[in-house]
Amino acid sequence: MKRSKFVFGLLLMAGLLMATGIPANAADVIKVGVIGPMNFMQGKGHWDGATLAAEEINAKGGLQVGKKKMKIELVKADSNEFISMTDATNAMERLMTQDKVNFVVGGFRSEAVLAMQDIAMDYKKIFLGCGAAHPEICARVGKDYNRYKYFFRVTPINSRYLVKVCLINLATVNGMLKKALGIEKAKVAIVAEKAMWIDPMIKAIEANVPKMGMELVGVWRPSDKATDVTAELTAVQRADAQIIFTIFSASVGITFARQAGELKVPAAFVGINVEAQKDGFWAATQGKGNYAVSMSTFVRGVAYNDNTEPFIEKYISRFGELPTYTAVTYDAIKFTLGEAIEESGTIDAEKLIPVIAKAERVGTGAPKSKFDKNHDLVFGPGYATGITFQWQDGKMKGWWPNGWEGVTYKGMVPYKIPPWMIQKYKK
Amino acid sequence: MILDITLSGLINGSVYALLAIGFSLIFGVARIVNIAHTAFYMLAAYCIYYGTHKLGLNPALCMLAAIIPVILIGLLSYRLFINPIREHEAAVLIATIALAMAMQEIMLLIFTGDFLGVPHLIEGYRMIFGVKIAYQQLLTVAVALLVLAAVWALLLKTKVGLAIRSTAQDREVANLMGMNESRVAMVTMGVSVGLAAFTGAVIAPLAIVNPFMWMHPLIMMMAVVVLGGMGSIKGSFIGAYILGFAESLVVFLIPMGAYLKGSVALSIMILVLLVRPEGLFGIAFEEER
Repeated sequence: MKRSKFVFGLLLMAGLLMATGIPANAADVIKVGVIGPMNFMQGKGHWDGATLAAEEINAKGGLQVGKKKMKIELVKADSNEFISMTDATNAMERLMTQDKVNFVVGGFRSEAVLAMQDIAMDYKKIFLGCGAAHPEICARVGKDYNRYKYFFRVTPINSRYLVKVCLINLATVNGMLKKALGIEKAKVAIVAEKAMWIDPMIKAIEANVPKMGMELVGVWRPSDKATDVTAELTAVQRADAQIIFTIFSASVGITFARQAGELKVPAAFVGINVEAQKDGFWAATQGKGNYAVSMSTFVRGVAYNDNTEPFIEKYISRFGELPTYTAVTYDAIKFTLGEAIEESGTIDAEKLIPVIAKAERVGTGAPKSKFDKNHDLVFGPGYATGITFQWQDGKMKGWWPNGWEGVTYKGMVPYKIPPWMIQKYKK
Repeated sequence: MILDITLSGLINGSVYALLAIGFSLIFGVARIVNIAHTAFYMLAAYCIYYGTHKLGLNPALCMLAAIIPVILIGLLSYRLFINPIREHEAAVLIATIALAMAMQEIMLLIFTGDFLGVPHLIEGYRMIFGVKIAYQQLLTVAVALLVLAAVWALLLKTKVGLAIRSTAQDREVANLMGMNESRVAMVTMGVSVGLAAFTGAVIAPLAIVNPFMWMHPLIMMMAVVVLGGMGSIKGSFIGAYILGFAESLVVFLIPMGAYLKGSVALSIMILVLLVRPEGLFGIAFEEER
């Protein structure tokens, strides 16, 4: 009887061990949580970039951590942050408590990242942000270093630099209009969706446009989900705007580009239109998105360094589309984290932080990357700048930086003024 | 500016009118508050997207073909989810919300949350009194008027219409007169969903196709129907144009507050309801029928 109880106990234990699924070599695996809105292009970018990085690392047997090799295991977490902030915090909580990941990469909406950041900090896990641009996310690191030191923004450049780039682009286009069409004092209309992160950008643009020798004719703020902006476009045309400064991060960017193209609005575009960053933009606008402008990290045929083009090609051949900037999870895992782990020989967050903070890495999304004292991505010549591109006849073409501060990336082309604008203003 | 506002309001109003007529019809006849109405419109938009982009079919053909499967799904939904609980209006309301959410999630699974587009039936634009208007938008205005005329003809000139009207006036008496009230409700559901699908076909080229595209029109459509008077097709039509013009006024007069156009339109609805709780053309009490 006793013997049968013992055997039963052994079997039960074995069964429990199997059911909990603890791999024999759990200690030899580095678990990286990839968090993002997985049903949307931003989350797909997070996951696909991370997948490529993990595959490349694992194909070489893993990362050299001291004397042993450790493979990367990715854990997908759908933050659903476009729809529900609670889903986002729950997903991060699950990565911490249930999946017990060692590191986290991803995040997109600033509001969601701020909330998810707190959870990761509570658990003292390194969180490499790959999507949100709000300055506050990294300002927190400066304000309370001990608590927030586990956060690093790997991409994009923060929104203050985004405004700076937009204004540089505005000056460039203004110069082109002056030269090509003889427009001495261009009239500028701002059309920006209603979103919190855009409010300070608008103030900065409103303040700078007159100083740059242009005239501001109005600011229109449609809803981020507006499905019709013809009224706004009619008003913009009535105001005789020659440059339309767009700031869109949601579906209204497609509506705007499509309707502006359909109505052949005689104006040049500058600014940000996040939806224009993806290959599907051309189809979504039914080919009407010609001359739309935005910023991105990756553009076909444009290279920051020797790593960029092979990565873009590999990504396209594997996933069938151009990587969006959230795919910089590739750099986050392979270079920021991977190289730091191998250099320090540990996965201990406390020991890794100074290594990540001080290093200068050559990844795929910038000529070189490094972090400032707030763990924010450094902007400037030689470092992250992003690329301003324009849709030209169905193709995304990079046009800035092209000589700015001595920076010109391989594969840049000139900006194009829409032909219907030339037709209207050519003397 | 007056011309700009008028033309822009006319276009906005036509889109809302197209959506509200079908919703108003099924509520007027069967007292079914079909929250899933705009979800059927979303289904039609996805059918057109699939036909044009994945199968490479002609857009006009896809637009017509999309209506059939959507009507079938609508009728099936009615039989399975709505008919068994029809007598409990609150349950129907919740069931149709669930139905719409289910359709949204299914589309999200199949097509992901990417924003998609479908081609215009007629490309280009026309200058009308100095305002550029896309042909597709002109088509929407024309179709809204045509649909109204067709619904009017169906209700007043056909036997089915007579059955629908009599059922709308008094279900019990219609039943006692030998009319199969349940079948009439089903036919009305078919017509209503067909109108939603048709609306989807006409409006989809102007919209961004995505799994959440049913939510905003739903709010506006409900506002139109409540403003016009629940169940009144005439009221829905007029309510749609009132809200359409209100939205245009906001964009032209307060450009910085253009995002408030929906809120302003809804506020107008509330103001009207404060003065006239039954809506513009609604019936105050059941006994008045």
